[in-house]
Amino acid sequence: MLSAHRLELVMKGVLWLTASVVLIIPVMMAYDLMINGFSTLSLEFLVSEPRNSGRAGGIGPLIISTGLILFVCLSVVIPLGITCALYLSESVEESSASGKRISLVLDILSGVPSIIFGLFGYVFFAQVLGFGFSILSGGLTLACMALPLFVRLTEQSLRHSPSSYRQAAEALNLTHVGFIFKILLPSSATGIAAATIVATGRALAETAVLIFTAGYVTRQPESLLDSGRALSVHIYDLAMNVAGGTKPAAATAIILVMFLILINGLARYLSKRWLPR
Amino acid sequence: MRTSKTLSSTLNAGAWITVGILFLIGCFMVAKSLPLFEAMGVSSLWNDSGWHPSEGDFNVLPMLAGSLVIAFGAVLVAGPLGVMLAIFGRYYAPKWLASVYRGLMELLSGVPSVVYGFWGLIVLVPWISTFAPPGASVLAGIIVLAIMVLPLVVLTVDTAFEQTPQKWLVAADALALQRWSKIWRIVLPHSLPSIFSGVTLQTGRALGETMAVLMVCGNIVQVPSSLFEPTRTLTANIALEMSYATDFHVNALFVSGLILFLMTVLIVMVGASVKRKQYA
Repeated sequence: MLSAHRLELVMKGVLWLTASVVLIIPVMMAYDLMINGFSTLSLEFLVSEPRNSGRAGGIGPLIISTGLILFVCLSVVIPLGITCALYLSESVEESSASGKRISLVLDILSGVPSIIFGLFGYVFFAQVLGFGFSILSGGLTLACMALPLFVRLTEQSLRHSPSSYRQAAEALNLTHVGFIFKILLPSSATGIAAATIVATGRALAETAVLIFTAGYVTRQPESLLDSGRALSVHIYDLAMNVAGGTKPAAATAIILVMFLILINGLARYLSKRWLPR
Repeated sequence: MRTSKTLSSTLNAGAWITVGILFLIGCFMVAKSLPLFEAMGVSSLWNDSGWHPSEGDFNVLPMLAGSLVIAFGAVLVAGPLGVMLAIFGRYYAPKWLASVYRGLMELLSGVPSVVYGFWGLIVLVPWISTFAPPGASVLAGIIVLAIMVLPLVVLTVDTAFEQTPQKWLVAADALALQRWSKIWRIVLPHSLPSIFSGVTLQTGRALGETMAVLMVCGNIVQVPSSLFEPTRTLTANIALEMSYATDFHVNALFVSGLILFLMTVLIVMVGASVKRKQYA
């Protein structure tokens, strides 16, 4: 039988060893991506059109498509998400039956696999509503997927707003609408901004949803009803379907991960500013 | 506060649209699955001779097996490892390292699955094929998925640890317990329900993962008999065949979607009920 002191030393060793070994994985991944993609990266790569199925040229139009898809997604998620979060924090008690019901729906929705959202978007937005393979279909489907996460984070930030604000508003006999627009939302703006950024990161990382909704076309999109290929779909297509696509795929992956690191940093900065309050 | 009808009905509408999305997804999955059930009966899903869409055979069992083996394999690897890393981060690492570690985990949890899959494809698969060709295999899927799920497990377990009542820890210190005894006797037992519910949710995530698995598993429809054999998951099957499927084939793909959907709903319910019991 090991004495408690011995066990402590052993466990300390084991945990330090595990942590250091696991750390090798992300370092290795970053190294492998850099080795494969660094030589392809240039300013030219960022702005030019893909040629020869993406083996040559760049990813300019794809960055624009990705941006448009995100734009559609966020312009649905933000208003709808804030309304739903307000419902959870203002209209119902957290422990009430309807509050719990909506919470469960949000939990299930955030657990639904992205490929299911893809199937749903393909039938509902592309076929039933007739948007076809388009940036609009892709963005709307992505919005359904990112919604639960955004609502959760926004609700948290709304609940963090000090109860003294609410009491003061009561004392001044403000209307509920006035309280929400003049006090609650402005005072939670940082939290909502952080939620938006996290949802953007989630949407940017998504691939499976977009294959059957936004489509594969690499051309520069001219309207929201054009098909447009997102960066993540580009990585998938180059890696799986295009022989000799490894280098541009790695370069695209580097760009995508850079965007995400930037977004992650921004979200951390915002939530740090928001938390101490 | 003076409330208004417009406000409360607007907020209600927002909430109901969210419920409506889930409802619509459920409806479409069922509606698109029904034609197959009507034409061939539910039992064709496990009685057909195999998955041969052109001949109208839609046996989903091999893909269900592939999905389950890979998801549970990944969670079996990532679960214990994640708990260890969370313990390290919270109780053993010096403060600066702990915050670096947490930041890294948050960052890794945001890396797109297609990037993990891409790395698996260009590094892991060739490496496995040097000792067990063809390389694209169940093992590759489990490893890539475990790497993907690991940061999420670490973050959820760490949040669970945070909930341990401070006074228990203070009492443990007063009794001069060793750090490990404190963790083993107090922190872990207290956090177990949260850890379990977190890991359950990650299993759901692993089952639903498409891109990474699609890129490294080889995508051959078969019940894998060893770790080194290729297999195809339900999710990968949908992603691969949806673009050219016609007639009943489409319905069959929606059936596999429905199966996935029902499994994840079940998993979320189980996870939520475990968590609720803890606070009840």
